[in-house]
Formats: sequence, structure tokens, C-alpha cells
Amino acid sequence: METPQTIKGTVITGVIGEDVHITGIRILEHALESAGFRVVSLGIHTSQEDFVNAAIETKANAILVSSLAGHAGAMASGLEEKCIEAGLKDVRLYIGGMLAVDEPKWEDTQKKFKEMGFDRVYPPFTLPGRVIADLEADLSVQRRGASGSD
Amino acid sequence: MGLTLAIDFGSTYTKAVAVDLADENLLGVAQAASTVDTDITLGLHEALQRLEKTVGVKNLNPERTLACSSAAGGLRLVAIGLVRVLTTKAAEEAALGAGAKLVGTFSYGLSPDDVRQIEQMKPDLMLLAGGTDGGNEETILQNAALLAACPIRTPVILAGNKMAAHRARSLLESGGKEVVVVANVLPELDKLNVEPTRAAIRETFMRRIVHAKGLDRAQDIVGNIIMPTPMAALEGARLLAEGAGEEEGLGELMIVDVGGATTDVHSVARGAPSHDDVIMKGLPEPYVKRTVEGDLGIRYNAESILEIAGKVRIEKGMLFSRDLLPKQTDLGTAVKYLSRNIGAVPGNEEEFAIDIGLASAAVDIATRRHAGVIEEAYFPTGRVRIQRGKDLTSTKRIIGTGGVFAYGREPRRVLEAASYDPKNPESLRPVAPEFFIDERYILFAVGLLAGDAPAEALRIMKKHLKRV
Repeated sequence: METPQTIKGTVITGVIGEDVHITGIRILEHALESAGFRVVSLGIHTSQEDFVNAAIETKANAILVSSLAGHAGAMASGLEEKCIEAGLKDVRLYIGGMLAVDEPKWEDTQKKFKEMGFDRVYPPFTLPGRVIADLEADLSVQRRGASGSD
Repeated sequence: MGLTLAIDFGSTYTKAVAVDLADENLLGVAQAASTVDTDITLGLHEALQRLEKTVGVKNLNPERTLACSSAAGGLRLVAIGLVRVLTTKAAEEAALGAGAKLVGTFSYGLSPDDVRQIEQMKPDLMLLAGGTDGGNEETILQNAALLAACPIRTPVILAGNKMAAHRARSLLESGGKEVVVVANVLPELDKLNVEPTRAAIRETFMRRIVHAKGLDRAQDIVGNIIMPTPMAALEGARLLAEGAGEEEGLGELMIVDVGGATTDVHSVARGAPSHDDVIMKGLPEPYVKRTVEGDLGIRYNAESILEIAGKVRIEKGMLFSRDLLPKQTDLGTAVKYLSRNIGAVPGNEEEFAIDIGLASAAVDIATRRHAGVIEEAYFPTGRVRIQRGKDLTSTKRIIGTGGVFAYGREPRRVLEAASYDPKNPESLRPVAPEFFIDERYILFAVGLLAGDAPAEALRIMKKHLKRV
């Protein structure tokens, strides 16, 4: 197991709401672990509260939300506000998958989720490498202001 | 080993059990009113004298005496964690598993009001958790600093994020607190680690709390009081389930203990899902799990049972007697009487029936709170079942312990309330269990003996488990 000194960051992963599509996030989890991240995997059918609680206890750097059921808009709405209430203002929020079934233009979907507070929004068929690169970039910015531990 | 005594200093009674470990015989059981407020040894001497009469031996000269205690308010513990459903719940599980009485539970950063409340609760022990290993550090440090500054002189067990443990210890010690640091009770979100905390609670109980409560006067007679009574019962349950060496245990089991003030449920079971398509959610559950329902007891809390369960449920429990229709009983008045006369012993058919009705309602509610639940969700891809808590459906044995089973009537009726109910299929309680009672009320004694003579203690327990 990796020691906290060597990890690049802690990320919470899970499939939000009433959704059982686990394959995509499992592939991403393996890639993230290989890349040196500590992954706290919540699996399918994860509520917003579960994401927030896990992020508090593990001092996560990012929450990675997966959704393939096509109604992520309804299920992920309010997550940013819950994070703010819980004092997680520095936690990055990512979301990816089949986020909407009724919007033909990806730009519209992306815009909608950015407005909901997600820092990164990924369409279907995004490769893990892109998420890892984004995380590394985002967390290195975050870490500049962070305090050390013993 | 020959004659061995096991003593329980209970809140109401001091109980004494004599066994012959060489012959594996239960020699006798006796009890007397506890005398914690005056001199604990008075009640002890009385119980021992009665035991001598029961056994038929003058001047019992035991080779060994073992004792546990829940007297003087029990082991009063305040648990503090970070997230309510995560480290706070993990701390609660560990504390209950150590036989503690949870007098307060706090989550997130403590406020000055919280700290004042803790002071008023007069705990014997504080358990401070928070953060998985490598996780949140701020909250446990902030809470340690606040507790360090408050006047409570109660030992603190630190069982939180290992990255913050040393700084939290220094903070507390600088405030003059005694601190015991143990491994994180929730090192990762999906790993519960209650054993180090349980061991530290027990050790602190023996070393500090027995003395602080003035129970140590009894130790000249009985030797060290080695654990809180509920922990002894849990150890008895564990031994009975797991067996000892060649002597086989009964396998996974559930124990219910209906008292005047509370109803305890213990399960020694993994509680894993019984089907492949079930997804687990929520905190992992301890293999040896204890829950205490502070609102369910057939004397002090008789009115509370009536309020929660309702008249119909209690009457259902009373219906075993055909010529005693509930209509003839004014349940409300009877229950009120019991709650104000906590020493009341049933004297006629009706009073026995009311006790059975109350006890079976208490057992029903307490086991529903203890066991896990399953819910079904349907997706375009099919059905998914989500389980929270322990699946006890395949648990084969339910055992009743405590007064209502040892001295009451219709114990099977009361125990049946602990099993699976087709009307509440979401509650994962035992589907087709066998029912037993701890006929002589010796489970605590067996738990006390489990450390030194497990096989002998187990065989004695088996002899006095009565199938009902």
C-alpha cells in the first residue's frame, strides 16, 4: 500500500444516484491508482451525502462522479452546495458519463454542469489519461496553498 | 481447576455464580441487592452467603474469583467523531462492543456548548475519533484542544486519524488529561477496526474507572473486576458461537436481553449478504455487534414501549391466553403502574401476559434496529438489492437472557418476535432459527471464564441452555 507521503492526492469515486453502471468508473479507478492517487471507491448507487461524508473523513482533494443513466442533471444538482455547507470548498468536483439524453449538443451539457459547480465535465468515451492529467494540473494548483502534515 | 466464582456487580443485583471447572458443573446461582451507595461489599457478602446455602457448602473457598461490574452507573462513555454516519458511528460500535453505556455522542467540531454538555454528562471515559488514516486532521485536533481546556478529568481514548494522533495526544496531555492512543477505529471508509479501542476501553476500565467508582473495595475479596458486565455477556456470546478448541460452538447467533430499562441485542455473525446480487452500503458492521435500546425496557420504559409499539402490537403479544382477551385489560393503566413500580413481579395470569406483550414488542423493535435492512430498486437493466447493516437471515439460533426469560412465562413467544417477519421482509432477521434461553442467567459468568477455561465454560453453558 502507498504511504500518504507518496500519494498524489485522494479522490472519491462513485456512481451517483439510481444507477448501476459500474464498468466505466472501475476502469478509471484502476488507472488512478496506478498513477499514484489514493482512491476511495463508493461503488454504484451512491448518494450525494455519501460523497460528501466520504470526502470529509478522508480529506479528499476531488470527487469524481460517474453517471450513465442519462439523468445526471437531477441527481448531481445540489452537490456543490452540500460541499460548501460541509466546508469542502477546496474539493474539486468532476463528472463524466452519459450525462443527458435530451441534449444533442455536448457544449450545452458541459455548460449546464459547469454552472452546477463541476470543475471538469467529461463526455462518453473519455480516456482515463485525460482525467489523470487534469487532476494532476488542478491539484498542483490546489496544493500550493495547502498546509503540510506530520 | 476446581471451585470458581463469577460475580456480577449489577446496578440492581449483585449476582454470584459458583462452578466446578474440574467436573464442569454449575454448583449454584444466587443474588442480593447491590449496595454501591453504601459499601459494595455488603451486597457481595449477602450474595455469597446465599450462594453458600444454595451450594450447600459453608465457607466457600474458591480457587479463583472473577468479577465484572455495571454498578454505579455502568461505564459512562462519551463518543466523539467527525461525520455522524462514519467515524462517530464507528466509535459508537467500538464503545458498545466494549460494554460501555453511551451517555453522549457528538459529531463534527465541538462547540463550547457541546463541551459544557459533556461536562454535565460526567462521563467516566471519552472516546475521540475522527478522520480516516491520512484523512481529516483539523477536526480531531480542534476537538482535542477544546477538551484539553475543559475541566473534565476523564481519561481520553484517541482512536482517530493516525496522522493527527500524536499532536492530539500532546494537546490533551498539556491540558492534564490521561490519554491512550490506539489504532484508528475507521482507518479506511470500508474498514472498521473496533478491537484496539475495545481493548483500551477495557484496560482503562480496570486500571482507572473501577477505582474512581469506589468499586475497588470489593477487589480485596473478588480480585480484579476485569470488565464491564455487558462485555462479559458479549464474550460469553462469542465463545458460545465460536467454540473453544475441540469443543464446537453453536455457530452464528443472536442474543436478546430484555431488562427493566433497556433491551440489548448481541449478534455474533458476519452478516454478509445471502445473495450474490446484493450491494452493501453504509459502514461495515462489527462481527460481534451490540446494540442497546435505551427506550425499550419492561419497567422504567414500559410506557415508552407502549408509545412506540402501540396498543395493538402489545395486545398481539398477550393473545396466547385465550381466556384473557386484551379487552379485559386496561393496558394504559397497567403499563403506567409498571413504570412506577419497577420492582413489580407478575403475580397472576394477566400480569404475566402484560410482561410477555411488552417484552415481545421490545424484542421486535430492538431486533429490527439491530439487524440490517434490504431495499429493492429497479432499473432498465434489472433489479438491484441494497443492503445496509447485517444480514442475519441465516443465523440459526436466538437466545434469550435476563429476568423475563429466566423467570417469566412463554419465553418462545417473546423470542419469536426476534425472527423474520413476512410483513416486514426488509428487516434481515433470522428466518428459521431455533430458540433457547439462558435458563440460569449465567451468560456473564461464562464470558468471565472464557479467558481462562473456555472449553469448560462452554460445556457448562451448553448444559444450561434450554431449548424452547
